Amino acid sequence: MFFETAKLAWRAISRNMLRSFLTVLGVVIGVAAVIAMVTVGNGTTAKVKDELSRLGTNTLFVRPGQWGPGRASTEAKRFTDKDVEAIQAQVSGLRAVAPINRGTATVIASGANHSTSVIGTTGDYLIAQDWDLALGRQFLANEDRGSRAACIIGETVRKELFGAANPVGQNIRVSNVSCPVVGVLAVKGQSGMGDDQDDTVVMPLKLHQRRIGGTTTISSIILSAQDGISTAKVQADVESLLRERRRIGIGREDDFSVNDMSQIAAAMTGTTVLLTGLLGAVAAVSLLVGGIGIMNIMLVSVTERTREIGIRLAIGALENQVLTQFLVEAVMLSIFGGVTGILTGLALAYAVVSLLDVPFVVSPTIVLLAFAFSAAIGMIFGYFPARRAAQLNPIEALRHE
Amino acid sequence: MIGSSLIAFQQVSKFYGRGEATIRALDKIDLSIRAGEFVSIMGPSGSGKSTAMNIIGGLDLPSSGEYVFQGIPTSGFSRAQLTLLRRHMLGFVFQGFNLLARTSAVENVELPLVYRGMDHRERRRLALAALEQVGLKGREHHTTQELSGGQQQRVAIARAIVTDPAVLLADEPTGNLDTKTSVEIMELITRLNRENGITVIMVTHEEDIAAYGKRLLRFVDGHLASDQAQAKEHDHVL
Repeated sequence: MFFETAKLAWRAISRNMLRSFLTVLGVVIGVAAVIAMVTVGNGTTAKVKDELSRLGTNTLFVRPGQWGPGRASTEAKRFTDKDVEAIQAQVSGLRAVAPINRGTATVIASGANHSTSVIGTTGDYLIAQDWDLALGRQFLANEDRGSRAACIIGETVRKELFGAANPVGQNIRVSNVSCPVVGVLAVKGQSGMGDDQDDTVVMPLKLHQRRIGGTTTISSIILSAQDGISTAKVQADVESLLRERRRIGIGREDDFSVNDMSQIAAAMTGTTVLLTGLLGAVAAVSLLVGGIGIMNIMLVSVTERTREIGIRLAIGALENQVLTQFLVEAVMLSIFGGVTGILTGLALAYAVVSLLDVPFVVSPTIVLLAFAFSAAIGMIFGYFPARRAAQLNPIEALRHE
Repeated sequence: MIGSSLIAFQQVSKFYGRGEATIRALDKIDLSIRAGEFVSIMGPSGSGKSTAMNIIGGLDLPSSGEYVFQGIPTSGFSRAQLTLLRRHMLGFVFQGFNLLARTSAVENVELPLVYRGMDHRERRRLALAALEQVGLKGREHHTTQELSGGQQQRVAIARAIVTDPAVLLADEPTGNLDTKTSVEIMELITRLNRENGITVIMVTHEEDIAAYGKRLLRFVDGHLASDQAQAKEHDHVL
């Protein structure tokens, strides 16, 4: 009996293929949009996570304030040179401790100028980041102390300012600071967030503080633990040291954070929860519109087929059997829309993912969810027209022209 | 073949509308039809013959009085119970054939069996047998549009008898057909009455078609004006 009903429904749908397709277009677009966005989102998240993990699992980031979605605090006290020295002196098992200040500046050399990000740090920065030099050398001790200017530039900056020429030994002006180029960083390419990591200038922290930042404090610290040393232990040591130095009483929350890559990755997926909620709202609206489209066409269909319904009722179809027939037809229509939407969405996502060069990650959950929702839409919006068909008076239905 | 009362009307009335505008389509009709009869019903439009037919066919319920089918009073029947009465006891043939469009003859005939939940193979076997009985062997897979009016009415008759009903209800079965085809259809119905023992109740407005019945009821203004047995003048045809 079910097979019969399904066959009948398929016939009614395929008899008017164009109309059926236009009817479910709303569902198709809604489902396709959600599937495409989620799949592309999954791909970029996977890529970010992958890159973060490649940065090294033994790296820790120390920042003022509690860090996470919606909790970036700018009011927390920044760090000082003394904090960095204390960490270097009192926490064991560290390979590198690099204070970091960031800023942006226009860099000028030989008539060309280029706006870029300027990082003030020490030689430890390149060690902590596992970043090699393509040309030149690290900062010298006197440069790190700030008594002599020196800059290490990224590949993008080199190309912009010097073209093919070797920049080592040349002078550049970074926001009115004259600074000899001592090294060129190895190419790193785009980060998972899409920015160009090679578009940067690295200079000693002291120079940066005096001439770019106009400050004596430090905005963040990168730590790198020695191989074989547990980052959890280093993290705990740094936290207790900083709590002591920043005089945070027992039971009060930290006004700084120490995170490793996996924690930052977790925070990033936190932002996708918000995105998922937003997507859900988009999906709900488009499926509602799609459902109304299905209801509309099912009502038209019931009117068109009044006589047929009359015949069926007269020769012994129960109300439930007619109801089921129209309900199955509506569900089949909406599933047809759902499946088309899923396939379209995946194809769209595949195209976008190839363009962005991120992995194609299909989430079976969202595909199943889209399928289930489209079926439910057919059920909900098909019920009213189906009930109307089932409750027709057979005498009047038979007389209907 | 003729047995006890199959269908009985006891003081059956049917009203439409309310108050001043009330139309009395049937007014206290008493009537009894026994199994195996071939009854023709005639009357001008508005005489109540269609209303009577709808009540007999379980498509409508009387406003008052009692419709008894096989000794069972039907007052208080639910919609579902009326449907089951139609499904198991009655076969319908309409003036406009009322076949499903774009559907083959055999599938049209199978339709009532589908609603009985019969298995596919058994259904096909019964439908093909019914089509053969109405003389449509070889046309089983033609769709409705590919058949002539007479052939369509034969399909409709096959659909009505495939469930082996107690009563065949025919509402102007020749109304859309030419004279020659009408005669063929009436001969088919007469044969089914006589050979299969199906009770036939037929509404018509043509005297010569009504003459195929062995009993003629005439309705006028919601009353049964006459009820008489008829000579079997068409017997020589068979």
